[in-house]
Amino acid sequence: MDNVAERVKKVVVEQLGVNEDEVTNEASFVDDLGADSLDTVELVMALEEEFDCEIPDEEAEKIATVQQAIDYVSAHMPTKDA
Amino acid sequence: MGGALNGQVALVTGGNRGIGREIARVLGEQGARIVATATTPEGAERISADLAAQDIGGRGCVLDVTDDAAMSALLTQMEKDHSAPTILVNNAGITRDQLLLRMKDEDWDAVIATNLRAVYRLSKLCVRDMLKRHYGRIINVTSVVGAMGNAGQSNYAAAKAGVAGFTRAMAREVAARQITVNCVAPGFIRTDMTDGLNEAHRAALMQQIPAGRLGTVADVAAAVAYLASPQSGYVTGQTLHVNGGLWMG
Ligand SMILES: NC(=O)c1ccc[n+]([C@@H]2O[C@H](COP(=O)([O-])OP(=O)(O)OC[C@H]3O[C@@H](n4cnc5c(N)ncnc54)[C@H](OP(=O)(O)O)[C@@H]3O)[C@@H](O)[C@H]2O)c1
Repeated sequence: MDNVAERVKKVVVEQLGVNEDEVTNEASFVDDLGADSLDTVELVMALEEEFDCEIPDEEAEKIATVQQAIDYVSAHMPTKDA
Repeated sequence: MGGALNGQVALVTGGNRGIGREIARVLGEQGARIVATATTPEGAERISADLAAQDIGGRGCVLDVTDDAAMSALLTQMEKDHSAPTILVNNAGITRDQLLLRMKDEDWDAVIATNLRAVYRLSKLCVRDMLKRHYGRIINVTSVVGAMGNAGQSNYAAAKAGVAGFTRAMAREVAARQITVNCVAPGFIRTDMTDGLNEAHRAALMQQIPAGRLGTVADVAAAVAYLASPQSGYVTGQTLHVNGGLWMG
């Protein structure tokens, strides 16, 4: 069963078309993973879908790295037991 | 019924009469499922009946494009039904003609809200799903007046030129996702809108149209159908003028 970090990384790999080993926790979507501004918007949309939550624009703007995405999702995920 | 647009869903605003009605018919004829809007329940019912009579899949619904909540609700519902539009035609439009010095603020605001702001709002709502799909066609019906200007239509010209600018900016944002955003700019087309013109004005107009006739709704719908087609994928940020040569850029 995937934990949050693994699921976030899977979304990043799919959305940005990068290799799994590039997606380190510290990786910045724009600087390290080559995302453009539209990619980052789409990435947030994909995260919203994966985790069934809504990420407000003000918050979305602050999510620039893999770790920040993991942190945001962990803190805001709807509580449901697996 | 089948054709080039099989499996697609087209949302056409202002689809109960005039140009929008013909656009809905033509896109439907090519296989797209149609959701066309009117401002009244009677109008929406007429659309549904109209489509059914022509054996076109789809329905009419009530929508005021100046009502943000109603637009969000419509799109949410379409997404829920797995029928989010792959084609959006922003066709609804109004005129409130008046010489600038006599123009009331309400006339300005109403035209900007209906003809410009609604295009921004609805495009934004629809592009989300198009981004996910990596496919979409947005066609904004503008006007030759947005390019030429026309005395008595400063509000309308501003809104239509505004849509053209919006179209070019949005086209750049989403081009890499196989989403195109274009305008079709009709010249003078025979509809309720132009039937309101007086005879003298109409005669003067005719003199300026090299084709020697007013346009038809079919002329406009054919241009929209091209920009809605998968074949037009390399055309984006453009305005296709349909005006019998009245204005050539
Ligand atoms: N006719 C021309 O010569 C000409 C030339 C250049 C550009 N255009 C443009 O072509 C488009 C269609 O024009 P048309 O001549 O077919 O106009 P029309 O016959 O007057 O029809 C206008 C359509 O817009 C809808 N509409 C108006 N306000 C609305 C609102 N707040 N929310 C939702 N829908 C609204 C109307 O719905 P209801 O029927 O329910 O009111 C109607 O379906 C417009 O954008 C117009 O500016 C027309």
